[in-house]
Amino acid sequence: MELANIEKLVEKYLNAETTLHDEKTLRKYFKEGIVPPHLLEYAYLFSYFANTKDETFAKTIELEPKKFKKSTVKWFSIAASIVLLFSIFIGEQAYKRHQAKKQFEQISKGLRLLSLNLKKGEVAVSSLYVYENTEKNTVK
Amino acid sequence: MNHPDFLKMVSPFIDKVFRLAKRLLISREEAEDATQELLFKLWKSKEKISDYKNIEAFAMTMTKNYCYDRLKSKQASNLTLVHTNYKEKETPLDKKVEDQDSVNLVHVLIENLPLQQKTIIQLRDIEQYDFDEICKMVAMKPTAVRVALSRARKTIREALIKKHNYGVS
Repeated sequence: MELANIEKLVEKYLNAETTLHDEKTLRKYFKEGIVPPHLLEYAYLFSYFANTKDETFAKTIELEPKKFKKSTVKWFSIAASIVLLFSIFIGEQAYKRHQAKKQFEQISKGLRLLSLNLKKGEVAVSSLYVYENTEKNTVK
Repeated sequence: MNHPDFLKMVSPFIDKVFRLAKRLLISREEAEDATQELLFKLWKSKEKISDYKNIEAFAMTMTKNYCYDRLKSKQASNLTLVHTNYKEKETPLDKKVEDQDSVNLVHVLIENLPLQQKTIIQLRDIEQYDFDEICKMVAMKPTAVRVALSRARKTIREALIKKHNYGVS
């Protein structure tokens, strides 16, 4: 194709006025023809477009992801409920132990108080004995 | 519809879906996931879509919407938006390395375009859809599509010229 025509087409291309057919002509020209320097950028552009179209989806297509997904969700929930039960069990035991410890502490505190007061009484009583003895001695 | 029929139906446009997803999501892995996701969706609604006249356009629209959503979502913000090592597959032997650089530059230039322009240039210049189809896919008016496309093309061209002149002088 003549250069003048290509220049016209390129102008239209930039303004997005070209048809698919026009663009095909351009692609062909820039692929095969000897490109003048002032149009070189289009050669890069179209060669990039052509290259990109070669890229393909290389992975294998799976159509049933559901089964896998559902079963994982199920197993996760089972695992989670086991963990929950276990932690409740452990927690309850820890709570009981804590409760027993508290009770023990309370009782021992009470007992300590009791023994302290008893001691006080004992001291008082013993001083009374001392008093009584001296009194007896003086009376004699 | 069974598996082989379905695969036969989708095979003409799987690559197009993948390329659009890759253009928008940049990373290959993300694009593969997106393509796979689209196929699941189509497979799930296979009874409905078999009535559609243009499944391909429908699939492209879905891909576009899915990718836009992905880009908007938080998950995508964790994506590494780096330029993946883009390599030419078939390099004609007579081309210079310099030329190859300029061709690769086009990739980066398109990557830097606004989302909408990126989508439209992908659909038009790479996949070669006609304007009516593109309008439907991106849900835009023909004039708006043309304006966006024209802008995208001009931006890329100017950047290429700049690069070229800079390299020469």
